[in-house]
Amino acid sequence: MTGNINKRITNDLVSNGVSFVTTVPCKQLAGVIEELETRDDIFHIPSNKEDEGMGLCAGAFMGGKRPAIIMQNTALGVTMNTLATLIQFYRIPLPMLISYRGELGEPVACQVEMALHTKAILAQMNIPTYHFHKRTDVEEFDNILKYTFMCNKPVAILTDATFWGEN
Amino acid sequence: MIRSEILKDIAPILHNHLVVCNIGIPSQELYAIDDQPSNFYMLGTMGLASSIGLGLALSQPKPVIVIDGDGSVLTNLGTLPTIANNVTDNYILLIIDNGSYGSTGDQPTYAGKKTSLAKVAEACGCERVVECQAEDTGKIVQQALDSGQMTIIVCKCESGNAKMPVITMDSVVIRDRFMKALQA
Ligand SMILES: [Mg+2]
Repeated sequence: MTGNINKRITNDLVSNGVSFVTTVPCKQLAGVIEELETRDDIFHIPSNKEDEGMGLCAGAFMGGKRPAIIMQNTALGVTMNTLATLIQFYRIPLPMLISYRGELGEPVACQVEMALHTKAILAQMNIPTYHFHKRTDVEEFDNILKYTFMCNKPVAILTDATFWGEN
Repeated sequence: MIRSEILKDIAPILHNHLVVCNIGIPSQELYAIDDQPSNFYMLGTMGLASSIGLGLALSQPKPVIVIDGDGSVLTNLGTLPTIANNVTDNYILLIIDNGSYGSTGDQPTYAGKKTSLAKVAEACGCERVVECQAEDTGKIVQQALDSGQMTIIVCKCESGNAKMPVITMDSVVIRDRFMKALQA
């Protein structure tokens, strides 16, 4: 089941022409990162920090590639300036597949602290935000990617523990 | 020599190449010295010039020259391992190391004290790292272009800024003409 969801997400990225993906890992995202690595049509470049990753994505977009970033919600704070002054200011399309830690099923209390702020921060930044809670929510991913590259904006897809299933 | 003198010196070498230029006074100086569509000026986002340039170099075949500063590289020090581990031979990172945060009033950086950015780059795994004096920058940049190898240049120079106007060109115009220049 988990294998299927990772393949599904990766297939949607590929079919939308996304070929440059940067990641900062999260336990919930391990499967999709592993899946990316198996694809020849995706260049996967791990970054050390999420704002650095967004810089890589901006460069890749200008170089003619469709980028995406995969990251954890706890890192949103370090990306605010980059989202505002690079991604939004220069109108770079950027799908942000984000593990939504600190939601139902979360074993680590500290993760809840950033979960409380996640949607408020994204709303404050005027970032279109989708929340995948049920497994079937993934069916919207393809359309979200099309929307992102239509409007040249960063778009957040929050994926919680219930969506990813047992871990 | 200060940064603006170096930029004047190397402008003929940069001409017609894809250049990603650091936020603040470096971009203002380059804009005043030799504005061209193939210059990408950062108007914000301190620290990410090297990352933007790397993403660009990895995504298309033309040479990319990033003009960065010591303060900005220190801000985004995680960039050096990423560069080292994702070698792309069309990438040149020129760090103009004047040992100060030039755009904010020349406050000293650690790169002007005990920290060697060239040694940090080497320790991160960058294979071709050249430290040079300001006067030799043009020669070293040309050699890097000719070598066809990814190169990190740390150019040691004096602190100081030329008085240049703020760039008023719109960000989307900068990005759009840059992408068109790239495709041309
Ligand atoms: Mg400096």
